[in-house]
Amino acid sequence: MELKSIFLTAVKALWVNKARSVLTMLGVIIGVGSVVLLTSIGTGLQLYIQQQFADLGANTLFVVPGNPFGDGGGFGNPEEAFIESSKGKLKRRHLEKILRDHRDIILDGAVTGFSSGEAKYRNETKKVTLLGVTANYETVNNTESSSGKWFTESDEDRSRRVVMMGSKITEELFGDIDPVNKQVKLEGQNYRIAGVLETKGGFGGPNYDNYIYLPFNTLTDDFNSELIDNFSFKIKDENLIDEATERIEKTLLGENLKEDEFSVFDQTQLLETINSILGMLTIGLGAIAAISLVVGGIGIMNIMLVSVTERTREIGLRKALGATPNVILIQFLFEAALLSIAGGMIGVGIAYVGSIFIQQWFPAQVTMEAVTLAFGVSTVVGLVFGAAPARRASKLSPIEALRYE
Amino acid sequence: MTLLKLKNVSKHYQVGDITIKALDKLSFEVKQGEFVAVMGPSGSGKSTFLQVASMLAEPTDGVITLKGKDVTHYDEKDRAHLRNKEIGFVFQQFNLLAKTSAMDNVSLPLVYSGESELSRYKKAKEILNKVGLGDRLENAPNQLSGGQQQRVAIARALINKPSILFADEPTGNLDSKSGAEIKDLFKELHKEGKTIIMVTHEKYIAKIAERLLTMKDGKVVSDTKI
Repeated sequence: MELKSIFLTAVKALWVNKARSVLTMLGVIIGVGSVVLLTSIGTGLQLYIQQQFADLGANTLFVVPGNPFGDGGGFGNPEEAFIESSKGKLKRRHLEKILRDHRDIILDGAVTGFSSGEAKYRNETKKVTLLGVTANYETVNNTESSSGKWFTESDEDRSRRVVMMGSKITEELFGDIDPVNKQVKLEGQNYRIAGVLETKGGFGGPNYDNYIYLPFNTLTDDFNSELIDNFSFKIKDENLIDEATERIEKTLLGENLKEDEFSVFDQTQLLETINSILGMLTIGLGAIAAISLVVGGIGIMNIMLVSVTERTREIGLRKALGATPNVILIQFLFEAALLSIAGGMIGVGIAYVGSIFIQQWFPAQVTMEAVTLAFGVSTVVGLVFGAAPARRASKLSPIEALRYE
Repeated sequence: MTLLKLKNVSKHYQVGDITIKALDKLSFEVKQGEFVAVMGPSGSGKSTFLQVASMLAEPTDGVITLKGKDVTHYDEKDRAHLRNKEIGFVFQQFNLLAKTSAMDNVSLPLVYSGESELSRYKKAKEILNKVGLGDRLENAPNQLSGGQQQRVAIARALINKPSILFADEPTGNLDSKSGAEIKDLFKELHKEGKTIIMVTHEKYIAKIAERLLTMKDGKVVSDTKI
């Protein structure tokens, strides 16, 4: 007997018992669907963050106080990072020294200091993080504004009370009102809004859309804060990143800063750390989903076992009419494989549609790897769990099977 | 010509400590074209005889030859091939596949002998016409009467042109009218030259055979021409 006929026999057997077939597939559908969907969320997040970093430009270097990467390479305790900032070892003059000494490879550098306070417009009040930045922050960090203009060097030199607003805090305070050239109160003082920044988005970590940016000098004068959050440097060419890192470190060490009082890093380093965390997250999500895949497989086995029992007479009859044990074995394996493959396909389809739906709020990306893996695993699971019942069916004696009530 | 020969065939079942001798050194021969009816009280071994003779069960002891070949200890695969090609079997319970059309039920043995779909369809249609169900090709068993279902089962048994047709109380589950129809069908098949071995309880059915085998305690107690 040809495989094709056995295959068609299996298809017919499944078709005749549609309800049972669909119920069996349900486990696999849920298993494969959740594996693909959950990993698509993890992968989407990863790609999203990579994109955000790519937007910053590959030739950007950062200097932060302390050692936020910790000894193990991951992020250290955020409280520690804050304590490092508050020790105030990193000063604006360090930035100027670096820029002076390395003009040949460093194009520009911006300072970011921070404080916090209360922002008020009419009756709306919000707690906000205030970033004091130099006027060149816009170009060094590739920041785009959606309306208005970034404050100028002269605004900074004169410590003018002008601010750039993050998009989210603007929406919360102003709603539909155009905020450009309106006054916002920060800790009771009026500041003119020079412009609003484009939405950056972000999941976890700092949310730039919630920040209010003011000239660095204004921040130090008005809020009495000398806390440096970071320096950002634009390097001439991304190939010079390593050299620039070395030179900056040397300069800072020459300024009596100790090795653990500052860190120089480029975004690849940060990206690697974030990627390793997100990679773990994706694996974790995948593992949780894989459990449902195994449950789906056990579901197939149960139904196949029940099916073999229920169809004992049918198996006996097929054998009486000339089906060899191998033919029965292959038929039942085909049935199990068909159920898991069809279930897998439906699961992938649902996950795909689901990911498109989720994309409205969250970056989700169905990857070929996830699909192949889930699909492969579900097929293997179907075959492995289908094997035992199929073997049982093939071993049945035709007489006893026919006598079975 | 001797078609099937059983020599000193025994079939024993072990139930706990007790050995049940369902067949006890039974010898039997059937010639091409003969119609043998098998009767006997229940527990006499009629069904076991039929199962062993039709290659559904392996004997514990003895020798079975079909068309001169010793087939006693064929393995399950070869027995399946033999059942497919040489043997037709009609059950008391019909044993049709549920939710499956008469055509598909009848062509099932051809699936296992590897015939093409076209040829299966042609043969199944032909044989269903022959048993008077030409207008019921697409009906599933639950859309057919008992007599019709048994005719589908007979068509299935005949489709591969087997050497011997076995029937285990083919009228046992039917009303008398349908039973009579099935009886006539067997009579006709015999007339066409089919070799038939049929277990039955009913004397009037046995009368259409030319030989009556009576069994008791796993042995043949009488073998008479009718």
